[in-house]
Amino acid sequence: MSLLEIRNLTVRFATASGWFTAVEGVDLSVEKGEIVAIVGESGSGKSVSMLAVMGLLPPTAQVTADVLAFDGKDLLTISPAGRRALTGADMAMIFQEPMSSLNPCFTVGFQIEESLRLHLGLNKRQARDRAVELLTQVGIPSPAQRLSAYPHQLSGGMSQRVMIAMAIACDPRLLIADEPTTALDVTIQAQILDLLVDLQERRGMALILITHAMGVVAETAQRVVVQYAGWQVEKQDVYGLFDHPHHPYTAALLAALPERAVEGARLASIPGVVPGQFDKPSGCLFHPRCPRADQRCVEVRPVPAGPELGQAVCHYPLGGTR
Amino acid sequence: MSPPVNAPVNLPANPPTSPIVEADNLSRHYTVRRGLFAKPATVRALDGVSFTLDAGKTLAVVGESGCGKSTLGRIVTLIEPPSGGRLRLDGQPTEEVTPELRRKVQLVFQNPYGSLNPRRKIADALAEPLEILGGTSAAERRDRVLTMLEKVGLRREQAERYPHMFSGGQRQRIAVARALMPNPEVLVLDEPVSALDLSIQAQVLNLLMDLQDEFRLAYLFISHDLSVVRHIAQDVMVMYLGKAVEKGPKAAIFATPRHPYTRVLLAATPIADPRRRRDRIKARGELPSPLAPPPGCPFHPRCPLANERCRVEVPGLTQAGAQLVACHAVEEGRD
Amino acid sequence: MAAEIATRPPHPFVEGWHYFKQNKGALAGLIVFVAFVLIAAFSPWLAPYSPDAQDRAAVLVPPFWQEGGSTAHLLGTDAVGRDLLSRIMHGGRWSLFIGLVVIVISMSGGILLGLCAAFARGFVDTLIMRVLDVLLAIPSLLLALVVVAILGPGLFNAMFAVALVYMPHYARLTRGSAMSELQKDYVTASRVAGASVWRLMFRTVLPNCAPPLIVQATLGFSTAVLDMAALGFLGMGAQPPTPEWGTMLADAREFILRAWWVVTFPGLAILISVLAVNLMGDGLRDVLDPKLKRS
Repeated sequence: MSLLEIRNLTVRFATASGWFTAVEGVDLSVEKGEIVAIVGESGSGKSVSMLAVMGLLPPTAQVTADVLAFDGKDLLTISPAGRRALTGADMAMIFQEPMSSLNPCFTVGFQIEESLRLHLGLNKRQARDRAVELLTQVGIPSPAQRLSAYPHQLSGGMSQRVMIAMAIACDPRLLIADEPTTALDVTIQAQILDLLVDLQERRGMALILITHAMGVVAETAQRVVVQYAGWQVEKQDVYGLFDHPHHPYTAALLAALPERAVEGARLASIPGVVPGQFDKPSGCLFHPRCPRADQRCVEVRPVPAGPELGQAVCHYPLGGTR
Repeated sequence: MSPPVNAPVNLPANPPTSPIVEADNLSRHYTVRRGLFAKPATVRALDGVSFTLDAGKTLAVVGESGCGKSTLGRIVTLIEPPSGGRLRLDGQPTEEVTPELRRKVQLVFQNPYGSLNPRRKIADALAEPLEILGGTSAAERRDRVLTMLEKVGLRREQAERYPHMFSGGQRQRIAVARALMPNPEVLVLDEPVSALDLSIQAQVLNLLMDLQDEFRLAYLFISHDLSVVRHIAQDVMVMYLGKAVEKGPKAAIFATPRHPYTRVLLAATPIADPRRRRDRIKARGELPSPLAPPPGCPFHPRCPLANERCRVEVPGLTQAGAQLVACHAVEEGRD
Repeated sequence: MAAEIATRPPHPFVEGWHYFKQNKGALAGLIVFVAFVLIAAFSPWLAPYSPDAQDRAAVLVPPFWQEGGSTAHLLGTDAVGRDLLSRIMHGGRWSLFIGLVVIVISMSGGILLGLCAAFARGFVDTLIMRVLDVLLAIPSLLLALVVVAILGPGLFNAMFAVALVYMPHYARLTRGSAMSELQKDYVTASRVAGASVWRLMFRTVLPNCAPPLIVQATLGFSTAVLDMAALGFLGMGAQPPTPEWGTMLADAREFILRAWWVVTFPGLAILISVLAVNLMGDGLRDVLDPKLKRS
């Protein structure tokens, strides 16, 4: 049994002008000790499915799924108390903006110790010792002093380390990192990514990394899910994805990377924009921007290809027979 | 690779003239109040930076937050005067800011959502610089607005829309169009693509390169993304805590980076190739606060090569190969 | 389900209306307010009598459902035999007019001061804001009374006084949102284009400060009506026989125990109109303040 099992997950939001489908037909299973990256541009719904797993969607959202289970527990029918026991203990999440993820009114120590006492029932003394240990693990110098610091006294990188410390406080088996390094500087980003991978290896937890940066994916992930406008258009292991992308969107994204282009020449760009709420195309969602699209792509919605073609949701996956 | 859409114009059409931007030892200090009773502190956001920029060329300014790259951009766009040093635009001094000087240098911002006035139609926003400069009729301005919109890849009928009706990439095109309206000679691009999605980033970068060829624009390209810089720039200046630590032709800086910080920066940039995962040269520690910069070389607390001299003496830029490097270790051959 | 999926972004007005009508109170407020405006506008034709016409034969007649009342005077008459319904209808004109004038004066003054403070910074900013703070520290009705006492009683002086009292609110609001707008890149862009300070103030920044100001103006409308009523009640505002609601209350003071209707109906008119405007302002805030907008 997988640690996290998602089958046919759809999330819709009620908006002023009707329903907006943010993600559709998401399938994902994550095993223990795996690093899975979900990569996509803004509007691809890459965060939404994970927020649904964590139960953090706003009340305007409607979640439907055939299966949505963590470690065999059904997350669709879970009681609020069961959800609270799970969230933060067995599965944890960190976000893009570390500075606003910490409560500015309380010290770092108080915020870490709070979750330790709530979930693990430690007393004050034990919680403090454990907090120091955690801060040491995430590489914060002089951790004992840092416990009495307020969030505004920390830099972005330090805050993200604190967030990671809080997330791993109860030894979660699944950590979801939503763009954990996007708001950070390049050298700090490298440190945080190293830390995440290191923690994941040492603790054998599963890590889901949500990102838009292909470079981050290539440096950390084992398996990759490419998302476009709410669809999972391709799923592959990281080597296969970067060597032989099967979905035209993945191929176009990789070709648009400046580092893959000839210096000073024009980049291979994808025309058009990601479709939004009001301009969802018929058939294949990518067909208006796809160089390979034909009439069938306009009319018929594609189904995922076999695993040998990266489960590409495309009528004519690259590397397949046309 | 397909050939550039426009014929290259960087051949010297007219005889070589003086550089379009000459910055000599520019600095900018701010006084920051720290609470009611503490003494105000001086932040050296920019501390003695010099460079020249020629027409039709791109100089990339690279660095992390607090390195002064945005301050430099604001000084070159004449939004703020420098606290020290001299800036010349097209050979003219900039102590007194005239409308004609303002016209010469324009700015494109990082965040396409904040840089357009949400309550003005695109056509009005684009016409504003011309309206302020004067000397054009409304019909003339309208004509130029529509031409410019087409030039940046938007449709004429979109001129009557408001910014919120456009996507991030389209807004950035509009921002570029507005910057080009007064016929500038220099564009300061402050992280112009870092808020954009990958597929859109490529579109905007291509547009910028096309426009540069067409109008022989000089770009001061401020960025933290080395892969973008490598693609678009001819020269690179790496900054750290208000100082230039390495400066030179792009090829030299990327092939043989000399300053330890440049090396760290290059190593920290993720590469989109899982087969090239490697142990990075790590920078220890955090970026220091510009409020309390370390003495001596600003990078010494994080530098693997630092010695006693680095802790005391501020290194100056010296020639090392094709580039200028401010590092005692390089100067002494310890690197 | 599929039929519900929209294919085009809604017009901002349509979207705003969607949020507004979700707030049932605001909708009710709007309906009542529009009704008040219509009644006030057409009062010369709708009202059964002239507001000043005295019917000596019918003094202090109770409303029609009470014993002694007649359908000739639906809401009864006052001490000199004037028809209450007609006076309240005409009074609506005065109250709406007063609210409007007070808002226009206080808002334009406040906007000007607020923008000056936000743009000038430093000493000018401190000076303007401290003076306004002093104004804010005095109880509003007392301040209005002082101003009226200096200028002399009368409707226009009272309006000016109330406007002065509410100016600091607009000034603070304008300064606050102007300061945060000034940080934004589009202002810098205008500056790089060479825009003058006046242009920056009124064409670039001010339109973007409008939403909170509109909300404040709506809510300020009701407080202006209330304060004018209070001044009228104290004899410092509109002078009799103007059918202004506050003044009507003041005139009827001595009959509170004998004839409840002469005080109740003008009072109710004030209550309902103020409540309607406040509810409407609440709904407007939902629409215009993006921070409160639901996802």
